[in-house]
Amino acid sequence: MSESQEQLSTRPPVLRMESVRKTFGDAVVLRNVDLEVAPHTVTALIGASGSGKSTLLRCANLLEEIDDGAIWLDDEEITDPRANQDAVRRRIGVVFQAYNLFPHMTVLENITLAPRRVHGVARAEAEDRARELLERLGLGDKAGEYPDRLSGGQQQRVAIVRALAVRPRLLLLDEITAALDPELVGEVLTVVRDLKDDGMTMVLATHEMGFAREVADQVCFLDGGVVLERGTAEQVFGDPQQERTRRFLRRIVDAGRL
Amino acid sequence: MTSLKEESAQDDPGDTRDGDRDDAYVPSQRRIDREAHKRARARRAAAIAAVSTLVTGVVLYLVVVNAPGWPRTKETFFDWGYAREAFPQVLEGLWLNVRLLLVCGAAVLVLGMLIAIARTLPGPVFFPVRALAAAYTDFFRGLPLIINLMIVVLGVPALRLQGVTVDPVLLGGTALTLTYSAYVAEVFRAGIESVHPSQRAAARSLGLTNRQALRHVVLPQAVRRQVPPLLNDLVSLQKDTGLVSIGGAVDAVRAADIIVGRSLNYTPYIVAGLVFVALTIPMTRFTDWVTARMDRRRAQGGTP
Repeated sequence: MSESQEQLSTRPPVLRMESVRKTFGDAVVLRNVDLEVAPHTVTALIGASGSGKSTLLRCANLLEEIDDGAIWLDDEEITDPRANQDAVRRRIGVVFQAYNLFPHMTVLENITLAPRRVHGVARAEAEDRARELLERLGLGDKAGEYPDRLSGGQQQRVAIVRALAVRPRLLLLDEITAALDPELVGEVLTVVRDLKDDGMTMVLATHEMGFAREVADQVCFLDGGVVLERGTAEQVFGDPQQERTRRFLRRIVDAGRL
Repeated sequence: MTSLKEESAQDDPGDTRDGDRDDAYVPSQRRIDREAHKRARARRAAAIAAVSTLVTGVVLYLVVVNAPGWPRTKETFFDWGYAREAFPQVLEGLWLNVRLLLVCGAAVLVLGMLIAIARTLPGPVFFPVRALAAAYTDFFRGLPLIINLMIVVLGVPALRLQGVTVDPVLLGGTALTLTYSAYVAEVFRAGIESVHPSQRAAARSLGLTNRQALRHVVLPQAVRRQVPPLLNDLVSLQKDTGLVSIGGAVDAVRAADIIVGRSLNYTPYIVAGLVFVALTIPMTRFTDWVTARMDRRRAQGGTP
């Protein structure tokens, strides 16, 4: 863990947020948020529902426009209004809580859509890569199925493959196990663990505290749109400094989730 | 990763139900009694429906036949001889209605789709396009079709423009297309707006441009969902092709009109009406079938 902390400070970050502010009408959802994500590290965003975790991810992918502050992806300021938003999104993969697979396309079509239409990869090549990824995630026999024929865990793994198919620089995972039946959570988390071993840079919003503690190099506790506490998993889970963090973690423990 | 492969073999949703396995199942007396009761109830329901239908039919018949003007009405609207004379000519005219339906239907789908897309274009550049499309749908949905037809079929030739057709069929078809495009555009637009924003978000997050997201993700789902209302509008278009007769085009209605004008007997109108009904029935049944199929899929948890 100390090694990755070192990396955090020495390598230029993949994603950097500075003083980000986001409001929806009168509600301030993110307030003065700073964040740095070093290459090949995993950052876990934890906090109660409505604390701003998902909004932070949506802002990082430009699905939401921020009110103030700035966001950089590999030294390019992506919140600059002159930045090419489509080009930025091409470098960031997103996996959503509700999978958001395209219901009118087969698994293979879901995965090859972006490589073919956005990156101009030839069909055969895109399909080969898709099949290879599906095979790796244990979905080799599902290429021709439509999403509604798959279980939730399978759909979410397909969504991960779809995000990976464009070889993103950064992967954003938005509570990807929150909609799954408990017995299907494990198969999805296994995939995330393997991605970490492969060196994928990831930011994940999650309610799976045990998992966050296990895989995250950096943990950020969000409360009311503010990053109230951050540090290694050991620091935040083992020795939280803020009273609110302690109270949140106590509730999680009481609920049997940690 | 290898461990996952083994797991996926187990969580295949299409596994067999336990009904396939226990061959030794013998229905209990309770089940047999229950099913006998259900069958009896179904027989009773069928008997009641038959009697009720018969009574209603007889009452309607008696009311019509005993109406004071029935003999005259029968003579002028239900004359077998005139019906036989009119039928082949009405059928010949109907061929024009069918051709109009095919051509106008295709044109309406294309134009309607273009207008619907125009209404959803984002950005300030497209403001005039959006405004025009909105004005178009507002105007032509509000304008009675028969007035639209008269303006186009009678008004355009009156302009005596060089190179513009005066053919009542072409002009009538144009008027139909103008009105129906406005309706169909709204159907498409409702479909586009019914696709959940998360689908567009997923497409955009993959790096697809707004146009690509519309073309590959939003429109295919929108069109699929709107098949029943689209077919409904086509059924409606099918019968409204009969209105081109006001410009003098010899379709099924006009063919009947000609005979009526000569004989002063209205039976040919009845023939033409029945022919239209016969033509739309397969289409309405098809619409019902498609709708039911899609409802069934949705009920199973699938997305149409």
